[in-house]
Amino acid sequence: MEMWISQLFNGLSVSSILLLIALGLAITFGLMGVINMAHGEFIMIGSYTAYLTQNLFKDLLPKGAFDSYFIAAIIASFLVAFVIGYVLEVILIRHLYGRPLDSLLATWGVGLVLQQIARSIFGAPNVAVSSPSWLNGGLELIDGVVFPYKRLFILALVAICLVAMYMYIYRSASGRRMRAVMQNREMAACLGISTRRVDGMTFAIGSGIAGIAGCALTLIGPIGPNIGTYYIVDAFMVVVLGGVGKLVGTVVGALGIGFFNTMFEWWSNASLGKVFVFILIVAFLQWKPKGLFAVRTRQLD
Amino acid sequence: MKRKGNWFKGMGLAVSVSLALVGCGSNNENNSASSSAPASSAPASSSAASEGGTVKVGILHSLSGTMSISEVTVKNSELMAIDEINAAGGVLGKQIEPVIEDGASDWPTFAEKARKLISEDKAATVFGGWTSASRKAMLPVFEELNGLLWYPVQYEGLESSPNIFYTGATTNQQIVPSVDYLLEQGKKKFFLLGSDYVFPRTANKIIKAQLAAKGGETVAEEYTPLGHTDYTTIIAKIKEAKPDVVYNTLNGDSNVAFFKQLKDAGIAAADLTTLSVSIAEEEVKGIGADFLAGHLVAWNYYQTTDTPENKTFVESFKAKYGADSVTSDPMEAGYTAVYLWKAAVEKAGSFDVDAVKAAAGGIEFNAPEGKVTIDGENQHIYKTVRIGEIQSDGMIKELWNSGSPVKPDPYLKGYDWAGDLSSGS
Repeated sequence: MEMWISQLFNGLSVSSILLLIALGLAITFGLMGVINMAHGEFIMIGSYTAYLTQNLFKDLLPKGAFDSYFIAAIIASFLVAFVIGYVLEVILIRHLYGRPLDSLLATWGVGLVLQQIARSIFGAPNVAVSSPSWLNGGLELIDGVVFPYKRLFILALVAICLVAMYMYIYRSASGRRMRAVMQNREMAACLGISTRRVDGMTFAIGSGIAGIAGCALTLIGPIGPNIGTYYIVDAFMVVVLGGVGKLVGTVVGALGIGFFNTMFEWWSNASLGKVFVFILIVAFLQWKPKGLFAVRTRQLD
Repeated sequence: MKRKGNWFKGMGLAVSVSLALVGCGSNNENNSASSSAPASSAPASSSAASEGGTVKVGILHSLSGTMSISEVTVKNSELMAIDEINAAGGVLGKQIEPVIEDGASDWPTFAEKARKLISEDKAATVFGGWTSASRKAMLPVFEELNGLLWYPVQYEGLESSPNIFYTGATTNQQIVPSVDYLLEQGKKKFFLLGSDYVFPRTANKIIKAQLAAKGGETVAEEYTPLGHTDYTTIIAKIKEAKPDVVYNTLNGDSNVAFFKQLKDAGIAAADLTTLSVSIAEEEVKGIGADFLAGHLVAWNYYQTTDTPENKTFVESFKAKYGADSVTSDPMEAGYTAVYLWKAAVEKAGSFDVDAVKAAAGGIEFNAPEGKVTIDGENQHIYKTVRIGEIQSDGMIKELWNSGSPVKPDPYLKGYDWAGDLSSGS
C-alpha cells in the first residue's frame, strides 16, 4: 500500500518535471514550429543563473537572507533566459521561419556554442547549488511514505507556470495577438499586428520558461554544461506526444509519460522502462500521428 | 526582393552551421584516411619523435562533451607533471612537448585521435582516456601501430594489453577489498546500483561472485542509462529491498541526481551505508558536500593522504590551478603516469616503445599516494587501497587502508571464487 502511494506520488512528480521542461518547448516548438534544439541549453542557462544568484546572496547579503535566494533565482533565471532567447530570435531564428530542417541544424549549433561558452566560463566540472533550508526534508503522511518538499515545490511551481501561461495565451490581449500570428501570419499582419515583435516576444517567453525549469532542476539534479542534453529528448517527446500546438496536450503527454515511465521502471528497470515508454509512444503515434490533441485546421500541410 | 535577401542570409547561415558540423565529422574521416597510409611505416619511424631538442607526447582526454567534467582535471595534472619535468631538465636532456587532443566524449574520436597522435605527430607516448569504452576504442590502434598508452583511471580489470600501462586501480585494488571491508563491518545485504555500461556490469559480476563465496547476499541489481536524472523509483526499490549497503557504480552526472534525491527521500548516511567507486574530491565539489557527508568511497588516493609527496603535489596544483581546485585519485594517477614513463625512458636510455616497455618492469616511484611499482608482467602498478568517508568540508577522511601496496591482479587469478569470470569475457 505504502509502495503504491509513493509510486503514485513519484509518477506525479516525474510528470511535473517533464511538464516543466516541456512547457517552454510547447511554445517555441509547439506554437511557433521552430525545432528548437537549443531548448536544453536554455534550461542550462537557468541552472547557471540559479548558481550565480546563490553565490551573490552568499557573498553580498547577510546570512539570514540566504534562504530567500531561490525565489530571486527563479525570477532571475526567467529574465536571463528571456533576454538571451530574444536576442537569439532577432539574430537567428527570425531568418529561419518555415524552414524546419535549417532551424533544426542552426539551433543545434547554437546549443553546442552555448554549451562551450558555459564550459569556458564555469569550467567543465559540475557546480553545486545548495538548496534553501526550507526545502529540505519532506512531508511524512504515513510511516515510510515521504513526500519531499522539493518535489511538492516543483509541483506547485509547475501549476503556477501553467496557470500563468494559460492566462497569458488565452486571456490576454498580447496572448491573442500571439495566437493570431501563429495561426495566420499574413492575416494578422494585415490587421496591423507587428508580427516581428510578437515572434520575438513568443520565443523569449518560451526560453524564459525553460530558464525557470533549469532553476527548479538545480534542486534535484546536476548542474553542468551538458545538462541540456539530458532533458531535450524528453521535452520533445512530451510535446510531440501531446500534439503540437496545444497546451492541454503537453500536460496530458507529460502525465502519461511520467506515470508509465515510473510504473515500467518499477516493474522492470530503468533502461528497459524507458524502452517500453518509447515503444508505447511510437505505437501511439502510428495510430494518431498528430498526437493526443491535434489542432483542427483547414490548412493543407 | 526582401524575401530573397532573407533567404540568402538564412541559407548562408544554415550552410555555415551545417558545414561546421560536417566539418567536425569529416575531419575525423580525413584523419583516418590520411593516417592509414603512413600507418604501416609508423613503428619504424617512431624514434623520429625524439629528434631535436624536444620529444612529443600526446594528451588525449575529453575536453568537451559529457566526460569533460572529469577528464579536464586529469589533463591538468598531466600537464603539471610535464611542466615540472621540463623545469627539472626534461627527459634524456629533451624537453617534453605535449600535443593536446580532444576525445570529445566520443569513443570513435578517441581512436582517430590516437591514430593521429602516433602516426602524424609521432608522439613517443600518449596519456589519456577515462571511460572503459574510450580505452577499448583506442586499444586496437595502439596495438596495431605499436604505440604506448598510459591509462589513469580505475577500471573493471580483465584486460592487459601489451601497449597499455594501467596506473589506475584494477578490481583487486579497489572493488574486491572494499567489498571485504563492508563484509567485515557486518554489512551482508548488498544493493548493486550502476550506470548501464561495461564497467558497472563487470564490476557487479565480480561483486556477486565474491558475495556468493563469502556469505554476503545480493538483494537487487539495478542499472540506469548514463545521464539518467530521476532516481525516485530506484530509491523506492531500495526502501523496499532494505539492504545493509548500496554499492554504487554510477558514473558522471547521475551521481548528483541520486544523492540529492536520496537525501530528499529522508535517507541519510546514518540510515543507509553507500559505497561509491566513481566519486572523488572533484565530484564531491560538483554534487555538494552536504548531500554526501558520511557516505563511503573506495580509492587509492585522497587529497588528505598523508605523504610528503602529496603535500607538494597538492600545493603545486593549487598554485597552478587556483586555491579552490582539489586533487583526486585519477588526477594523481595521471600525474604519476608521466613520472613513471620518464623513469622508464631513462632506464631504457631511449624513447623507443619496445625498449621503454622492456625497461618498465620493477620501476618504483614515490607518488603522492605512496610508493608505486610497475608490475612488468601485466603493466599495472602496485597501489595502496584506501576506504574513506566524505566529510562535510568536501574532503575525504581515510578510514582504512591496506597497509602496503597491493599487487595488481587484473584477472583475479589469486582468488579462487573468481575462476569463471576471466574465462567468461
